[in-house]
Amino acid sequence: MKVLVAVKHVVDYNIKPRVKADGSDVDIAGVKLSINPFDEIAVEEAIRLKERGIATEVVAVTIGKTNSQDSLRHALAMGADKAVLIETDVEMQPLAVAKLLRSVIEREQPGLIILGKQAIDDDLGQTGQMLAALINAGQGTFASVIDVKGDEIEVTREVDGGTDVVALKLPAVVTTDLRLNEPRFIKLPALMMAKKKPIETIKAAELGIDINPRLKQHKVADPEARKPGIKVANVAELVEKLRLAEVL
Amino acid sequence: MSILILAEHDGKHIKQSTRQAVTAAGAWQLPIHLLVIGANTAEIAAQAAGIAGVAKVLQADADHFAHPLAEDVSALLVQLGKDYKAILSAHTAFSKSVLPRVAALLDVGMVSDAISITAPATYVRPIYAGNVLATVESSDAIQVVTIRATSFVAAADGGSAEVAATASPAATGLSRWVKEDKNVSDRPELSSARVVVSGGRSLAERFNELLEPLAHRFGGALGATRAAVDAGFAPNDIQVGQTGTIVAPELYFAIGISGAMQHLAGMKDSKIIVAINHDPDAPIFQYADYGLVANLFDAVPELTQALNQ
Repeated sequence: MKVLVAVKHVVDYNIKPRVKADGSDVDIAGVKLSINPFDEIAVEEAIRLKERGIATEVVAVTIGKTNSQDSLRHALAMGADKAVLIETDVEMQPLAVAKLLRSVIEREQPGLIILGKQAIDDDLGQTGQMLAALINAGQGTFASVIDVKGDEIEVTREVDGGTDVVALKLPAVVTTDLRLNEPRFIKLPALMMAKKKPIETIKAAELGIDINPRLKQHKVADPEARKPGIKVANVAELVEKLRLAEVL
Repeated sequence: MSILILAEHDGKHIKQSTRQAVTAAGAWQLPIHLLVIGANTAEIAAQAAGIAGVAKVLQADADHFAHPLAEDVSALLVQLGKDYKAILSAHTAFSKSVLPRVAALLDVGMVSDAISITAPATYVRPIYAGNVLATVESSDAIQVVTIRATSFVAAADGGSAEVAATASPAATGLSRWVKEDKNVSDRPELSSARVVVSGGRSLAERFNELLEPLAHRFGGALGATRAAVDAGFAPNDIQVGQTGTIVAPELYFAIGISGAMQHLAGMKDSKIIVAINHDPDAPIFQYADYGLVANLFDAVPELTQALNQ
């Protein structure tokens, strides 16, 4: 079974984003970018399926500007077999991403597709579900455990108030929760080897798919800052302050 | 045209977040319809009909909705949704799974986790773990939206909507419910609790022993950081943050929590934040209304005792 993983190149999770002076967008010029943490978990899970003999090939796909290749190299260094970059300068939104991924899926015919549950930049959390809808497949969102059983996959999902388990017919789409696994550390030789693995580049414009953004961003702004608080000396003073604030 | 809200319930009660979605839907000034999905939903549908501001309740009662699956629920919503101006729900695990699927089937974009609706197709939503607020406008004919429940007040009772049964399409067969493991507790739901007592990894094995009595004092909910969850000191479903639950209680206790960006994303809209931490330089103190630099293992029991007097 071939496994396809979709990855996104995003602002590193440790970096606090800055709003541009004109409020038009977040300023990412010169900011460190890396693979979306949830997608790294998706790659790790696919590699583990390969190591267990369940997956035969792992294909990593990304959609975006040329520099998105860096996240594909990361996936290749982790152990993905090949990578596909769908290159575009158009601002990518989930519906467009799902449509482009569908075109790759039609060609590659994977038995399982794994994505992160959300990207940490737009925080939308839509792409996996949209993709599952477009290819008429079952979806296992927020997965913390997956178990391939014959022509089905059982997915334990992190939901409000606990977990549930669903069984999906393969091919299916799974999106990863942080709980699914701990991604491996990449060693230098693997990184060097990954540079030799090929990345296939496809121009999004040549696929004839409508990828225009559906949401128009009018402006971005910093959230309202909290007014500075105070430090209290001891528990008694804390209780006193809470009493005055009338929250007890 | 009307607005359709995907209602959520636990089999006994309509969830608070659905009442908050009803308030959010008021932005359109159009009739609000609530879709109640499940098996044996007569009582839930009656509750839904009693929410002020609801014009009509659509009741989708079917055996295969006893444990509703995203594939089946979206098939129903797509069938109904074509006649609505907007399909709306709270940003919960259930709706987060269902609504993007619906949007794709309707070939429309979707807005996730809106904190305000400034005009009928214009929304404010947090991005980058809540560090930035983006104002976005959707050009699609049908708006598919999840809202951040804590940003809207809950609609009260006082309505008397009509209840109409609606036919459900057959199960898609793409997926099958196997089982669930829900944490049953007598505490209020984390996302809607008035008081939340949260702890970090440093509480270690004493997480419950220290925090439960304090939460109990307020009838509040327990929360945790990712580190506390990963280390096995707290269950995953009480994780507060960008990838866990977003809370905005009246009072939030951050105990032994450093204040990483991903955690702040889930609680910085709390009305009053109290931080107790031994490290005076912990970032959480920049967000806390009241900060106490102290050893948790002494300060928390002392605080609980003082409050109980």
